[in-house]
Amino acid sequence: MKPFSYERVTSPAEAAAAVARTPGARFIAGGTNLLDLMKLEIETPAHLVDVNGIGLDRIEPTPEGGLRIGALVRNTDLAADATVRRDYGVLSRALLAGASGQLRNKATTAGNLLQRTRCPYFYDTNQPCNKRKPGSGCSAIGGYSRPLAIIGSSDACIATNPSDMAVALRALDATVETVQADGTTRTIAIADFHVLPGKTPHIETALKAGELITAVTLPKPLGGTHIYHKVRDRASYAFAIVSVAGVIQPAGQGRIALGGVAPRPWRVEAAEGDLPKGAKAVSARLLAGAKPTADNAFKVSLVERTIGAVLAEVKGKA
Amino acid sequence: MKFDTPAGTNPIDQMKVVGKPVDRIDGKLKTTGTAPYAYERHDVVKNAAYGYIVGSAIAKGRINSMNVVDAKSAPGVLAVITALDGPKLGKGNSNTANLFGGPDVEHYHQAIALVVAETFEQARAAAHLIRVDYTRTDGKYDLAVQAKSAPLKGDGSDEGSGAPPVHRVGDFEAAFAAAPVQIDQTYTTPDETHAMMEPHATIARWDGDKLTLWTSNQMIDWSRRDVAKILGIPKDNVRLVSPYIGGGFGGKLFVRADAALAAVGAKAVGRPVKVTLQRALIMNNTTHRPATIQRVRIGTDRSGKITAIAHESTSGNLPNGDLETAVSQTRLLYAGANRLVSMRLALLDLPEGNAMRAPGEAPGMMALEVAMDEAAEKLGMDPIEFRVRNDTQEDPEKPGRRFSHRNLTECLRRGADMFGWDKRMAKPGQRRDGRWLVGMGMAAGFRNNIVTKSAARVSIDAKGVVTVRTDMTDIGTGSYTIIAQTAAEVMGVPLEQVVVLLGDSDFPVAAGSGGQWGANNSTAGVYAACMKLRAAIVQKLGYDQARAEFTNGTVRAGNRSVSLGEAVGQAGLTVEDGIEYGDLDKQYQQSTFAGHFVEAGVDAATGEVRLRRMLAVCSAGRILNPKSARSQVIGAMTMGAGAALMEEAVVDKRFGFFVNHDLASYEVPVHADIPHQDVIFLDETDDKSSPMKAKGVGELGICGVGAAIANAIYNATGVRVREYPITLDKYLDRLPQVV
Ligand SMILES: Cc1cc2nc3c(=O)[nH]c(=O)nc-3n(C[C@H](O)[C@H](O)[C@H](O)COP(=O)(O)OP(=O)(O)OC[C@H]3O[C@@H](n4cnc5c(N)ncnc54)[C@H](O)[C@@H]3O)c2cc1C
Ligand code: SF4
Repeated sequence: MKPFSYERVTSPAEAAAAVARTPGARFIAGGTNLLDLMKLEIETPAHLVDVNGIGLDRIEPTPEGGLRIGALVRNTDLAADATVRRDYGVLSRALLAGASGQLRNKATTAGNLLQRTRCPYFYDTNQPCNKRKPGSGCSAIGGYSRPLAIIGSSDACIATNPSDMAVALRALDATVETVQADGTTRTIAIADFHVLPGKTPHIETALKAGELITAVTLPKPLGGTHIYHKVRDRASYAFAIVSVAGVIQPAGQGRIALGGVAPRPWRVEAAEGDLPKGAKAVSARLLAGAKPTADNAFKVSLVERTIGAVLAEVKGKA
Repeated sequence: MKFDTPAGTNPIDQMKVVGKPVDRIDGKLKTTGTAPYAYERHDVVKNAAYGYIVGSAIAKGRINSMNVVDAKSAPGVLAVITALDGPKLGKGNSNTANLFGGPDVEHYHQAIALVVAETFEQARAAAHLIRVDYTRTDGKYDLAVQAKSAPLKGDGSDEGSGAPPVHRVGDFEAAFAAAPVQIDQTYTTPDETHAMMEPHATIARWDGDKLTLWTSNQMIDWSRRDVAKILGIPKDNVRLVSPYIGGGFGGKLFVRADAALAAVGAKAVGRPVKVTLQRALIMNNTTHRPATIQRVRIGTDRSGKITAIAHESTSGNLPNGDLETAVSQTRLLYAGANRLVSMRLALLDLPEGNAMRAPGEAPGMMALEVAMDEAAEKLGMDPIEFRVRNDTQEDPEKPGRRFSHRNLTECLRRGADMFGWDKRMAKPGQRRDGRWLVGMGMAAGFRNNIVTKSAARVSIDAKGVVTVRTDMTDIGTGSYTIIAQTAAEVMGVPLEQVVVLLGDSDFPVAAGSGGQWGANNSTAGVYAACMKLRAAIVQKLGYDQARAEFTNGTVRAGNRSVSLGEAVGQAGLTVEDGIEYGDLDKQYQQSTFAGHFVEAGVDAATGEVRLRRMLAVCSAGRILNPKSARSQVIGAMTMGAGAALMEEAVVDKRFGFFVNHDLASYEVPVHADIPHQDVIFLDETDDKSSPMKAKGVGELGICGVGAAIANAIYNATGVRVREYPITLDKYLDRLPQVV
């Protein structure tokens, strides 16, 4: 870990300004991802701006009938929130399928959205990695790639985004609210929030330098049956091999987003029209153009099977 | 005390304290976080500086140069010692690769530098500033490729069952060819890492030329010997202290880089230095259980009697490394006139392979007991009946040489009753519970019992308090407790009146913890010392040796009686003795047995396996403490579940290292993976094993359980997976299609 300076701020505006003011500065929220990466010197911020004191820790209804989740709301609190559980069950389930109780107590909404990949080569600073060190190469291609992406990846990087929460947010069409150092605020649709690697896998989101996430907003409840099905090698405390967030309406229409398969939560709205036709049809369209490796080719059929399980569960509940 | 004839009745048979499920003496310290582990010995070492190890970034090659200028001038840095300018270290008897590499690199993450600084963070930050220039050379990293040209090799280790390179009885090939029912299958097990909770850690302090290491180590005397050898100093100048160990599983049988480099660092900076291996370093820097490729052939007659059995295994290691002795159990477990076992060792440039919990049998049983299941199915026989039919009371290779005590059939029968085996469908893929395909599997369990000498010093003071000192270790197994129970039983005092001090090389040399030999041997050594103490007390009192009884804190003979405290007086009394063995283990084959039963659910859609119930019925001699023994067995079953379902140190075959080298990516079971577990110990004693009449159990629980899981998965799905771990990607496309 490189020595760094540290400051606490008390408002979002101050936070954004503080990061803009100091070169190499970063926000720190729960610290459950950033600190691990700093210890390994994968991240080497010169200055940390602690945003835990800026408020933004409330969940409130929006005038549009949706929900506004403060950036600092802990994963535990978000998953347990009565409105979330009632109206956005897929989000609650995705959160509870992630990490462990202790981690969720610390982890924040914004931090979860910005957690970095679990590609094992990204974690080993002896190995070339375009995401960690642009231009150094990708060790995972031709190496151990079982956990990595089958779609949306590039010749430069085949890492996945590991967040469960983000998959549910993608299915729910959430938007991300931000503020910048000059005070400008904007909203970013979750579909545009995580960007594909292309030739620049070190760029992972649409955020600008020093831009602070203030909230995540959910539109009005969709109704329907909410399911988050996470497939993993052990029963808990493991990242998804494949996950499916599904919000399915009584008539069989609905939404499907995938985790564990792509550099960002994977959703193809056009594929959802095929939901009434069943898992095979949806899966084929969702994964059209997939480029799995020999190690992770099984994910293609696993996606289909998991969507099948989700649809069967919906039927079982109806 | 020499133990060379079967034990008669002795004070342990009273079973007033021994055999009771008492809580672990160290339990409270452990659960309240107050057991002082090696890295935290601030109570004895003030002012320790922090060492941080740099591991090699290449697996094989040469270090051309190391730039340490920035590291040396970084804040707080006291010393930077590199493989190029540091002291040349020797190699311990138990080490295959050097603990301090360079200029030649033998494996990935081999230690090549140590940074010592005022704080851990400073040492770590400075370590990242070291720039190393390497020349990489090609290495051999793929076992499957190297196996093709791997030569035969015998087992050179002094642990495990042992086996020559090829061992034949009768004419295997002819008998197999003639057998009406044949199984010929190949199974693979992956590299595994110990993943113990406490990382390797050491504090080193020099007092003149005397070195003290507070460390985390299973085998004090081996390691004291090796520290001396590595540093080139007399063994007498080395003291090792290791009273609490946060898990080892074989990974701490030997001295590792933390101990060697803490000593080097402490010498360099003239002050105590502590070093722990950072988690990401452990997997490639230390030892691991080597992967195996095992071919098993079983031929039977129509009645299910085995007529031919062969087990051939290939593993890999660094030059001069040892084999994974995966064939050992096949020499002993089942009858059969024609037999063949052999082992091959491939040269690999991966980190050093070495012992991990039940080396040999753990992976060996994962193959053999699936092959047995496959053979039973081919015969159309119940797998339990098939095993019972081939049970034996004699060493199958040496007719006439009997097992000291063997009750495998009872383990299987009792287990079948308890588990509801009669509800198992013989045909696979028949039981469904919602989205789950459900199946049952079983396997025999087998692990040898090893006898090895072990000593202790026992004192009694004027208050009648009995203190036991021995360099035996407690790796979380319950050694403290069973040793106290033994002393309390023999001396006739309550458990609370016994103090046990372990893990210090100033104490008499004990068996140490490994190979499930710790409990029986170390308590037998304490028994010997306590018997000597009894004799000394009786003699001091002038009582009749034959009539003296030790009960309730007193010694009595006829109508004479005195408390132990009074008997020894102010001066107290101290004796030292140990157990040494004759050849009962040659006359008789000493082994432990189990029946493992598993019910597993397999998600029909995703293929995820979730265990439902597990049961082990164990035949392992006298159980010294059913509570700690049960903990050992369920822990081992859990580890076996990991081996069956998820654990694999993944090799990058291009660059030669284990890729998933942290606990987020090397998955071991969590609570949610482990369902209801039951353990039953058959009520038995083995009078050939020691005066304790006990045997090991700590590894029995892992031997066979993986196969029982594999067999349950097969029973649930009808899909046989022969490459461990059984992860869903290996059989998803063979599962029934879901609609
Ligand atoms: C062992 C382990 C297992 C895990 N398993 C799972 C799992 O199964 N599923 C899963 O989804 N996750 C898992 N996680 C990841 C976990 O969810 C994340 O670590 C956590 O959500 C990060 O939140 P945080 O608040 O601690 O982020 P931090 O570590 O504080 O920050 C993460 C990043 O977000 C930035 N940041 C934080 N707040 C803001 C803000 N308001 N605006 C802009 N930038 C900000 C930081 O600068 C940093 O770059 C696991 C983590 C661990 C350690
Ligand atoms: S997949 Fe991406 S994160 Fe992994 S090594 Fe390649 S570039 Fe790095």
